[in-house]
Amino acid sequence: MRLYVAVARGSFRRYATYLGATVAGTFANTVFGLVLCFVYTAVWRANPEAGGYDVADALTYVWIGQGLIMVVAIWGGGSPDDLAARIRSGDVAIDFYRPVSILAWYLAADLGRAAYHLLSRGVVPFVLGALLFDLHRPSPSGAALFLLALPLAVVVSFALRLLAALSAFWLLDDTGPRSLLGFVALFFSGLTLPLVLFPDGLRHVALVLPWQSFVQLPADLFLSKRTGLDAVAGFGLAAAWAAVLLLACAAVLRRAERRVVVQGG
Amino acid sequence: MADLAARVLEPVVDFGRIARLWMRATMAYPASFWMLAVSSPLTTGLDFVALVIIFGNVDDLGGFSLTEIGFLYGATGVGIGVADLVVGRVGNLGELVRTGRLDTMMTKPVPLLVQVCADGFALRRLARVLQSGAVLAWAATYVDWSPARVATTGAMLVSGSLIFAALFVGMSCLQFWTTDTAEVANGFTYGGNTATQYPLTVFPVEVVKALTFVLPIAFVNWYPALYVLGRDDPFGLPSWLQHASPLAAVVCLGACALAWRSGVRHYTSTGS
Repeated sequence: MRLYVAVARGSFRRYATYLGATVAGTFANTVFGLVLCFVYTAVWRANPEAGGYDVADALTYVWIGQGLIMVVAIWGGGSPDDLAARIRSGDVAIDFYRPVSILAWYLAADLGRAAYHLLSRGVVPFVLGALLFDLHRPSPSGAALFLLALPLAVVVSFALRLLAALSAFWLLDDTGPRSLLGFVALFFSGLTLPLVLFPDGLRHVALVLPWQSFVQLPADLFLSKRTGLDAVAGFGLAAAWAAVLLLACAAVLRRAERRVVVQGG
Repeated sequence: MADLAARVLEPVVDFGRIARLWMRATMAYPASFWMLAVSSPLTTGLDFVALVIIFGNVDDLGGFSLTEIGFLYGATGVGIGVADLVVGRVGNLGELVRTGRLDTMMTKPVPLLVQVCADGFALRRLARVLQSGAVLAWAATYVDWSPARVATTGAMLVSGSLIFAALFVGMSCLQFWTTDTAEVANGFTYGGNTATQYPLTVFPVEVVKALTFVLPIAFVNWYPALYVLGRDDPFGLPSWLQHASPLAAVVCLGACALAWRSGVRHYTSTGS
């Protein structure tokens, strides 16, 4: 366990090195947040109850979404990208003969990265948004549930990104699967548009897919739209997806191990 | 005269050569290529899907209908799509500085900007142009066309591409000074693209004025589209602005050229 804490801490510090990138990325997130806030203000002016949200809920949702892009790595990235590069270069062979679990090692690294992104690229746009707009004030329980949902979201996202990265064992180049995954995640996480605005059928599908735990679930917990048993059900679904996807990762890794050929040297 | 033609044509030919090289390289992994070919237009199309879903919840957005917004969306999408296809890779400048590849490029007898923009050329970036073009074509069927409106539309698409190209290159010059700030440029380019996907009436008038006179992104689609759609300026701004997009493009290109020159002049190798 201490090993994985060290891995996570190392990953945290690695990302913390690039301060310029953090500032620049936060700037970009804030620009998008501003644009979306004005658009959503117009939407909720035209329909004040769209999706069961009021305008403050909608604007809060915007900043939660912009804050979570990097934390949950909705577009991709994080430690699975490192693994994909090592698969292509062959360095992955070294990972295989380390006496630690590849899965746990990379998961720890990704959690460390997420922690850094939460404290930097998560908090800053949200604070800026709260200064500029009237946002929803969360109840203590809502805020607590929101924070609890984040690690779960990162684990689900990690497992999906890792599956895409592992395709490099067969395809060598993982950019195709990665970008397909990015597209699906962008839409079904609720980052493009809150899932609550989706038409009935599509919404029902979106709300049981793993990606809803990226933005929609944390936001609904923060906004106290999901409380009590409803919140428990949300956690249960996300946890079930996390378990299934991690098991799939482990199974794929076992098969991949047999494909690795070390060419001496 | 022939001399001048050669000077203009040569960089284009060079660009084509490098681009072809990279296209061959991506085809080395066909499965990945085809997945990218499918996911790229889907990803860029999501913004429009979002608009359609929004219109399932409201009747109009900022006083504009879905077909009118489709025209705005398609126009800005074609603009940024063309710019991204040709010069978008300039956003990778910091990486080239960091790895020292920029030094290698400077020793080669091809203009630096051409090499930087053609580096890692990916045909899949055509996806945004095609997808936005499809939306624009659909929206165009609802427009009451006249020769002047056709001409304005053509000027809009050319100017829009040039304005976005100038933004891509100009903003990337920041990376000559700080190599890891690629995302600042994204805030302006893709941020500007997102902002102009909607009618500017959703923004406060100060934002609209800033997008007109400070960072002239509104000329990418908004002003010419007002003319083509036959709408009065909702903010009461003068109507000559609706024909000023080419002028805005020239100004942007001038500023961009200055930024690039001073960036290259300032550049000192990392020595790696």
